[in-house]
Amino acid sequence: MAIVYIPALMRGLTGGAEKVTVPGSSLRQVIHNLEAVYPGMQARLLQGDDLSPALSVAVDGEVVRLGLLAPVGEQSEVHFLPAMSGG
Amino acid sequence: MANKVLVRQEFKVVGTRPIRHDGTDKVTGRALYGGDFSLPGMLYGKVLRSPHAHARILSIDTSAAEALPGVRGVVTAKDLPRPEEGIADVGEGAVNLRFLSDNILASNKALYKGHAVAAVAAVDAHTAEAALALIKVDYQVLPAVVNVREAMKEGAPILHESLRTDAQGQKGTTPTNIASRIQFAKGTLEQGFAQADVVVEREFETATVHQGYIEPHNATGLWSSDGQVTIWCSTQGAFTVRDLVSQILRYPVSKIKVVPMEIGGGFGGKTVVYLEPLAALLSRKTGKPVKLVMTRTEVFEGTGPTPAASMKVKMGATREGKLTAAEASFAFEAGAYPGSAVGAGCMCAFAPYDIEHGKIDGYDVVVNKPKAAAYRAPGATQTGFAVESVVDELAEKLGLDPIAFRMKNSAREGTRRIDGPIFGVIGALDCLEAARASDHWSSRLEGPNRGRGVASGFWFNIGLQSSCTISVNADGTVNLVEGSADIGGTRASIAMQAAEVLCLRAEEVKPTVADTDSIGYTQVTGGSRTTFATGWAAYEAAHDVLRQMKERVAKIWEANPADVTYEEGVFGVKGDPKMQMAFRELAGKLNHTGGPIVGRATVDPKGQGGAFATHIADVEVDPETGKVKVLRYTTVQDAGKAVHPSYVEGQMQGGAVQGIGWALNEEYFMTPGGTMANTSFLDYRMPTTLDLPMIETVIVEVANPGHPFGVRGVGEVPIVPPPAALANAIRRAVGVRMTRLPMSPGAILKEMGTV
Amino acid sequence: MATKHHVVTRVNGEEVEFLCEARHSLLEALRETLGLTGTKEGCLDGNCGACTVTLDGRLMDSCLVLAVEAHGREIQTIEGVASPQGLHPVQQAFLEEAALQCGICTPGFIVSAKALLEREPNPTEERIRWWLAGNLCRCTGYDKIVRAVVDAAARMAEVKG
Ligand code: FES
Ligand code: FES
Repeated sequence: MAIVYIPALMRGLTGGAEKVTVPGSSLRQVIHNLEAVYPGMQARLLQGDDLSPALSVAVDGEVVRLGLLAPVGEQSEVHFLPAMSGG
Repeated sequence: MANKVLVRQEFKVVGTRPIRHDGTDKVTGRALYGGDFSLPGMLYGKVLRSPHAHARILSIDTSAAEALPGVRGVVTAKDLPRPEEGIADVGEGAVNLRFLSDNILASNKALYKGHAVAAVAAVDAHTAEAALALIKVDYQVLPAVVNVREAMKEGAPILHESLRTDAQGQKGTTPTNIASRIQFAKGTLEQGFAQADVVVEREFETATVHQGYIEPHNATGLWSSDGQVTIWCSTQGAFTVRDLVSQILRYPVSKIKVVPMEIGGGFGGKTVVYLEPLAALLSRKTGKPVKLVMTRTEVFEGTGPTPAASMKVKMGATREGKLTAAEASFAFEAGAYPGSAVGAGCMCAFAPYDIEHGKIDGYDVVVNKPKAAAYRAPGATQTGFAVESVVDELAEKLGLDPIAFRMKNSAREGTRRIDGPIFGVIGALDCLEAARASDHWSSRLEGPNRGRGVASGFWFNIGLQSSCTISVNADGTVNLVEGSADIGGTRASIAMQAAEVLCLRAEEVKPTVADTDSIGYTQVTGGSRTTFATGWAAYEAAHDVLRQMKERVAKIWEANPADVTYEEGVFGVKGDPKMQMAFRELAGKLNHTGGPIVGRATVDPKGQGGAFATHIADVEVDPETGKVKVLRYTTVQDAGKAVHPSYVEGQMQGGAVQGIGWALNEEYFMTPGGTMANTSFLDYRMPTTLDLPMIETVIVEVANPGHPFGVRGVGEVPIVPPPAALANAIRRAVGVRMTRLPMSPGAILKEMGTV
Repeated sequence: MATKHHVVTRVNGEEVEFLCEARHSLLEALRETLGLTGTKEGCLDGNCGACTVTLDGRLMDSCLVLAVEAHGREIQTIEGVASPQGLHPVQQAFLEEAALQCGICTPGFIVSAKALLEREPNPTEERIRWWLAGNLCRCTGYDKIVRAVVDAAARMAEVKG
């Protein structure tokens, strides 16, 4: 089960929980399973069939570059962070 | 006055200081920058800009301008495709495209003074300029709002009627200037503050500042009769220009070629487009190549500065000096369209520390100023100024040494940040240790009105896509082609990584930065990614060359490729020491043993590893004038591995000096109506040789496990610590705590109560 | 079309002639008319030094000089600093000290520094900083530029013996 950290302003959807565990071996599955337990999550994270361009995702501390295809391990931590660019 | 490198791992080429490959062209004036480019029959373009900070455009009459002899074409927003049309996604995507397009040429409203409303192409620049005066624009002037706090207030003038606050995916219901709201929270804040013996809470402000690259924006466009578009320009990312022009003009990327010319500085400001779509449009209209170059005033008024910020930070610590809680609220000016770097600013703010309970709020707010662009570690300098000032005050209140206090609370491998993720291998503590061990820290600073300050900073660095090809020449050298604009010696730092793999000298790898038709997709030179990611692509491409060379040797020797070795530039076969062939010898045989060898690689790496820095500043404040003199300055930074230490030092020194300018002098002076009053380098005062001492450097090398040579990005983090380091030094020098940037002489005198 | 003026001048030791309008700056004539784009444009109002040249041996911001003023004078630009024998010691020092990053300010700094060292072969750091205060560099923080000028002075002293 992946440990998903819920962005602070979305914790209303999880009854205030900072992190929740859901199954899934890819980010797509994780978000899908998150939606099943906490309806409304998907609409906040996705835009169309993709991750919202405002977001990036870190799995185990590394920002992943595969979007929804990103593999998620059994014990992985998943974080939704603002998308970043640099100077 | 030392520059030190604390080397932990040695290589043959990586870590040495060869002369950069493009150096001779640049010291002889031969290198061609965007502004130096020209084509036969070329026209010159100029841009008409709004004189108002906020106005509805009722009509534009270009007829008199078009009638002026020498004028060949005029374009307005009408010549741009309407973003709403023909786009499947009419939601967020269309809105963003509308914003993107409106920033190139305003359609119904001008949102800042300097906002482009029309562009002219004429036989020469003077004629084009004369034509601008003949364009009649009927404006309905609207009240402007040029300050983040004002813009957030109930009843403030609204820039975009359709804008609703996005709170991490949830939309507000009423028109607003707050484009988005973001929050990070970890632990239980109340509990954290309850554990604290000392709490410091302060408000801070920073002014709008500009990246200040010396080369103004430029672009030359050619829209050929066959529909092929070519754009020559100075940009941090040729592929980004291609993507943006394609989106704005609704034109396929395959028909757009962007040729990156040499670039005279960017610092984040040249990761976006301004003139490029105009050059293409004007060329389409006139059938001729068209070149546009901005004036300095246009650069200040019409291109991305960095956001001004209004910030509040509260931190608590125990008597023993352990940080227990941190809370912050950061509101950033995005300029005319949403998209400041407030998110990154929030995430970097407390990153140097291990704090159990924290909460950070961020607001992205539109105001009537040019749309903000990235500027070196975007967002982190503003928030770092606030946080590092409070950290310093806590240390002072607790009677602790500022470096010891930081060390006690330093983030390290395994620390969970307030934004959630856990740090991997980082050099935060190593930088603090090196700062404490530096000559500077152990030297004595004596005399009245003098003080020493210290501050740390963090920047994530980014990875992203890069491509590289390497072809072997018959004389045993190689040509390397890559797509990263070289703003500060990256041809060298990339070539050196290939040279290391191939056992060649740096000079034997000849790098070329190619156009978008000639190399695979490569992201911007920005985010401190180029030496990391494009260097990695070069490393992989070099390995691809070696693999093919080994196969060739095996073929020539009729050996098993798996048995072929390569050491010190010589191929051999396991178990047969007599068989030897130098790289150079094999290179000479390629064409008649199976054909040329070209290695290639593309990468999209993660694992860029964050960068930390700690700076020490000695200042003397003149109590009569309030002027701050920087007496001595040392930058300590974790580079992972410094590929070319001279250029790493250069990044550290240059970044620090930009931070010093931001801290002490630089500022957009805005009139209440929204006009920038200081649009020349005379009045927008960037540091000169006279304002500075030598900038000492200590490079720390905590290898990044995510890179073959341990490289971390170096370009951005050095701008983060200076404002707080100087504020902390000023505090010790004259007893005042400066909470607003710039800390100009007048501001300091005011704080000291002398005026 | 505005009336054009005929200007005869010497650029980097060679006689050249060109036509220009009264409003054209020397910078514009060098870059646009003569194709000498080594002299750079950063501000057009005398505040960055990217356009530095010498006019009869005196340092000038060429954006502040009218093209017609060049008539009968002697101009030196970055293109004239190196010789067929190789780079000038100032150029060599800039390369070896890594005194350039983007390089847009470099021609101006080299022309300025060379002028200094021709007058004062052994300037102090402070003197170098005074002399170069009219040249802006946004990339380097000046440290390596100042070092390069010190280094160039030493190289030039060596050449002289
Ligand atoms: S262009 Fe002449 S001083 Fe800046
Ligand atoms: S090297 Fe870029 S401005 Fe000096």
